[in-house]
Amino acid sequence: MADFLALHLGLPLTWATLVAIILKILVITVPLLIAMAMMTYMERKVLAAIQLRQGPILVGPFGLLQPFADGLKLMTKETIIPAGANRAVFLVAPMITFILALVAWAVIPFGEGLVLSDINVGVLYLFAISSLGVYGIIMSGWASNSKYAFLGGLRSAAQMVSYEVSIGFVIITVLLCVGSLNLSDIVRAQTHLWFCIPLFPMFVVFFISALAETNRAPFDLPEGESELVGGFHTEYSAMTFALFFLGEYISMLLMSGMTSILFLGGWQPFPLLGFIPGPLNLIIKICLLMFVFIWVRGTLPRYRYDQLMRLGWKVFLPFSLVWVILTSGFLVYFDKLPH
Amino acid sequence: MILPALAFYLFAAVLVLAGMLVITARNPVHSVLFLILAFFNAAGLFVLIGAEFVAMILVIVYVGAVAVLFLFVVMMLDINFQELRKGFLRYLPAGLAVGAALLAELGLVISGWVYAGPADSVRAAPTPESVGNAQALGDLLYTQYAFIFEASGLVLLVAMIGAIVLTLRSRKGVRRQVIADQLARRREDVVAVVKVRTGEGV
Repeated sequence: MADFLALHLGLPLTWATLVAIILKILVITVPLLIAMAMMTYMERKVLAAIQLRQGPILVGPFGLLQPFADGLKLMTKETIIPAGANRAVFLVAPMITFILALVAWAVIPFGEGLVLSDINVGVLYLFAISSLGVYGIIMSGWASNSKYAFLGGLRSAAQMVSYEVSIGFVIITVLLCVGSLNLSDIVRAQTHLWFCIPLFPMFVVFFISALAETNRAPFDLPEGESELVGGFHTEYSAMTFALFFLGEYISMLLMSGMTSILFLGGWQPFPLLGFIPGPLNLIIKICLLMFVFIWVRGTLPRYRYDQLMRLGWKVFLPFSLVWVILTSGFLVYFDKLPH
Repeated sequence: MILPALAFYLFAAVLVLAGMLVITARNPVHSVLFLILAFFNAAGLFVLIGAEFVAMILVIVYVGAVAVLFLFVVMMLDINFQELRKGFLRYLPAGLAVGAALLAELGLVISGWVYAGPADSVRAAPTPESVGNAQALGDLLYTQYAFIFEASGLVLLVAMIGAIVLTLRSRKGVRRQVIADQLARRREDVVAVVKVRTGEGV
């Protein structure tokens, strides 16, 4: 692409490389933001269907333009900064949430060779970015100088740190079967068999931990509206709130993407549906997982906080640890370790 | 390329500045946040020298876990900083001594690396293309340094058990939820269907 730009626009090669990188970033982020907007629409429609309502129907055909109307509304509202708030941290927190949700997409492979940056430690990068997500929340909770927000931030910090541990073990099991930290290699290793079949229990553990990691129902205690008003974003309004909202939905999309890559074969085609091109396969898988996210929200009641901690530390952690040992034992005994 | 050099100076400058701010910031929470910024830039420096595995582990372990707990604790503290700064001059000599000792050690390590006999040949050897740095580290840790590595793991385990022993206290009279008991309840044990006639009660 850089060569093409250098040839046809007469740019020097270094500038052409820079322009090419920026274009690639835009090719990922712009559809991502539109997808996020449509996600909120899908969430409202699916929840409405679960609750026998109609959902948004007024703005645009079938209410399709509703998310954009909501976005416009948020942009024109006033940004209120509470008098007792710590201004700098208060304003930086939503930016961190949003930026972290976006930068993680740099390593997601959409197809064979279709990846912005094909780094060797892709899985670790994703894990690092998703474990940083907690900072946006804990900083906003502290900087708001409000009891509800602070409690929400603390809950979320404890919750995300707890569930990261089991996510780490699940990732280790997958890595044992692949022998590489590169995301494209992980997808290639699933050409014949998706990992969700041999590692089915880990798939379930990972998906449930993903729900907890993104603060989604039934683990949405950080913003539990029945007791904490709005949790960590109680004091946020207008675009600062919108950034949290965007970040939250994009990290949900990211977690779905990660589940698809680790367990559902990424861009590999569905059985019997080999004619669908690579990137579209990944998008379909992400949409299916997003549907499950919403389905869970429409079905399950919220966990109590001590039950949430018990599930993380006393159920998932030992369970995934045992699976790591079983998997490695199996691989060593049958001499199936990848080299 | 000029870009890596620029990136190096950016990371290094922000790292030093953040490190300074950690100790000069008035608000302890700001100190921790600057510490996190410093970790980040250190990870950036690691990426620049091609140690991407170490960089990612630094971010995951220090920024993702240790610093979160740090921040967690510092946010809960109610420290009077004017009070804390009172002894500044009194503790200054001790602080300077510790700083000097650390600087001397750092100097020793670096000079050992620069002037040691075999170091030149190690530096002259090209980095092998086929071995990733996760693999290289693993090879070293689990073969040559296996015992030291396992021993440090044991030390951490002891520290963890120690922390649990120190903080665990069992209180009497607390009703705990036993999920197994709840799941073991059967309909026959707890539900009785009775026909109640009007005006008589159960």
